Amino acid sequence: MTLGSLRYREFRRRLAEGLVLGLPPYRIHVRSPLPRVAEGLYALYRDYPIYPDETCPDYRVALDMPPWRRWLRPQVQFLFDGFTPFKPLPADQAHAMFEWGINWCIGNHDHTRVIVHAAVLERGGRALILPGVPGAGKSTLTAALCQEGFRLLSDELCLIDPDNLHITPVPRPVSLKNASIPLIQQRYPTAVFSEPANDTLKGTVAHMQPPADAVQRAFEPAAPGLIVFPRYIAGHATDWQPLERHLAVLHSVEQSFNYNLHGPRGFDTLVALAKASHCHRLHYSQLDEAIPLLQAKLDHWTPPTAEDAA
Amino acid sequence: MNRLAVVDALLQPERCSDWPASRWDAAIRQARSSRLLPSLAARFEADQLPDLPAVRRAFATATVSGTATATRMRWELDQLVPALQRAGVRPLILKGAAYLAAGLPASRGRLFSDIDLLVPRARLAAVEDSLRFAGYVSTHLDNYDQRYYRQWMHELPPLQHMQRLITLDVHHNILPLTARAKPDADKLLAGAVPVAGTPFWTLQPADLLLHSICHLFYDGEWDHALRDLWDIHQLLQHFGREPSFWLELPARAAALDLARPLAYALATVQQVFDTVIPAATSDACAAALPAHADAMLALFQAALRPVNPSCRRQRDDLARFAVFVRGHYLRMPLHLLLPHLLRKALRRDDEDDAADRPAPAREQ
Repeated sequence: MTLGSLRYREFRRRLAEGLVLGLPPYRIHVRSPLPRVAEGLYALYRDYPIYPDETCPDYRVALDMPPWRRWLRPQVQFLFDGFTPFKPLPADQAHAMFEWGINWCIGNHDHTRVIVHAAVLERGGRALILPGVPGAGKSTLTAALCQEGFRLLSDELCLIDPDNLHITPVPRPVSLKNASIPLIQQRYPTAVFSEPANDTLKGTVAHMQPPADAVQRAFEPAAPGLIVFPRYIAGHATDWQPLERHLAVLHSVEQSFNYNLHGPRGFDTLVALAKASHCHRLHYSQLDEAIPLLQAKLDHWTPPTAEDAA
Repeated sequence: MNRLAVVDALLQPERCSDWPASRWDAAIRQARSSRLLPSLAARFEADQLPDLPAVRRAFATATVSGTATATRMRWELDQLVPALQRAGVRPLILKGAAYLAAGLPASRGRLFSDIDLLVPRARLAAVEDSLRFAGYVSTHLDNYDQRYYRQWMHELPPLQHMQRLITLDVHHNILPLTARAKPDADKLLAGAVPVAGTPFWTLQPADLLLHSICHLFYDGEWDHALRDLWDIHQLLQHFGREPSFWLELPARAAALDLARPLAYALATVQQVFDTVIPAATSDACAAALPAHADAMLALFQAALRPVNPSCRRQRDDLARFAVFVRGHYLRMPLHLLLPHLLRKALRRDDEDDAADRPAPAREQ
């Protein structure tokens, strides 16, 4: 049963009591009486499964207003099984806070995999990993790629299985900021967006619904393909440069949520991932050049040779 | 009484195979909010886990966290040895660090983030100097806090390494100087024992247990009390294999002015974890219990329950508040405590803000 098969009023009632939402590979118990959260989830998570309450979810989260901040400058707080890991935010950021909170849950409470802060897309079974330095334009590129022939695995979390280097999808809405929002809306007029949250720490934030195939194929992992460090530079010509493998590993370590907990296994995983991938830097200003380039690189992908690895 | 799911799972992993998903859910939630999840995971074999992906993920995650804590803390402990030797003191470690170095069962999966040391009070200045030279500096820079610790407490203001951010609590006793009970630090130091195969020292078994008991039954912070009681259960089980341990325990507690906390602890751990305690020891300790002991034990039972929606009862919050007040009362006479609390309450909370930020990724 998918969330979208419920009528909105029924969904809102069940959300207020708490319901188990499948965010593959996780099951998350979500409770919120707030219309803002209900609207955001109903708009963006229609294709996701919901489960009966008897299951054991991975995490239990709630979004609610602290009783003393319901009327005067209302605020929302994120609860992880009754515990508040963050300070409250203005109430109009309630849905954005859900998305950030879920990222926090996964980054802090799933150490079955090595997790790198990166967007991941897939084409022909091969992963395109885009580690995120804030402001590099990773999300904009991700939003465009998943509308143009790439399957979205995640826009934030690259979950690497240490045993076989498979990348597990966690398809979720893509977070866009400021000028990227109208840019993507104009480029893809049919894409569905959440109501933007203004004046967040990151400026204006809106979330884009993931394409349906990303959710339907959420249990199909991808094999390593490319690790690309993108950077949007206004007016810059498209520049595709190989990146030395050790640098790709070091940058991945910097972007990892739980590398430090995995010990030697974490190191071995990130080294093996870099060795199984082609590592590059991409400076660009035109999506119309960057996207075909990345398509061609994955369509003509061959396993890295020992020379590549030098 | 219906036992908590987490207690059942800790005590009898082999009996959980027919549990419904909801009971696993409750056990994991209660364990997580008591900081017991890695300890719980360490009790289970892979084939004792149900075919529920969330349970398997939670246990595997907890195992990674527990292992990472042990690896990091072993390394941090090694870093301390030269600085302590330079100050001319033995590296005498307490609590989590001691359980880990000594390889006690209580250390399996135990999460902890601070290292507790015990040094002679006369050597405190030399130790602080030497640690500062090694990069460990005082975190509480406020004059009032500094005076509070140095004049009234049993430890220096917490020290933190400038780069690695590990926190050290350097103790010269196990209870505040202002506390009603007055354990003699010289007796603790005189009874210290080396940890075989390491450069470390720790308290003798009875004292290690009594220190763990102090932290619960002479303190007001009961947010993770179930974890602390699980420590006590495991220390008793481990040290209790030696019959002389039980014979000497009551007298040692009396010598350290801790007979009543021991009596409370033995009664409580028996109620909660069915710990096997020889009748002779229980009887010897029972003399230290006050007339209102039953009410106190009921209070402890309620306050011990995990702070989690899966087992929340309003009276537990009241019990925790009562235990909190009791802890403060035991640790400081009212003529010192009230001005202190007033001052804390009225202080601007700028510096407490840092503690409220999203937790760093490493803890859990």
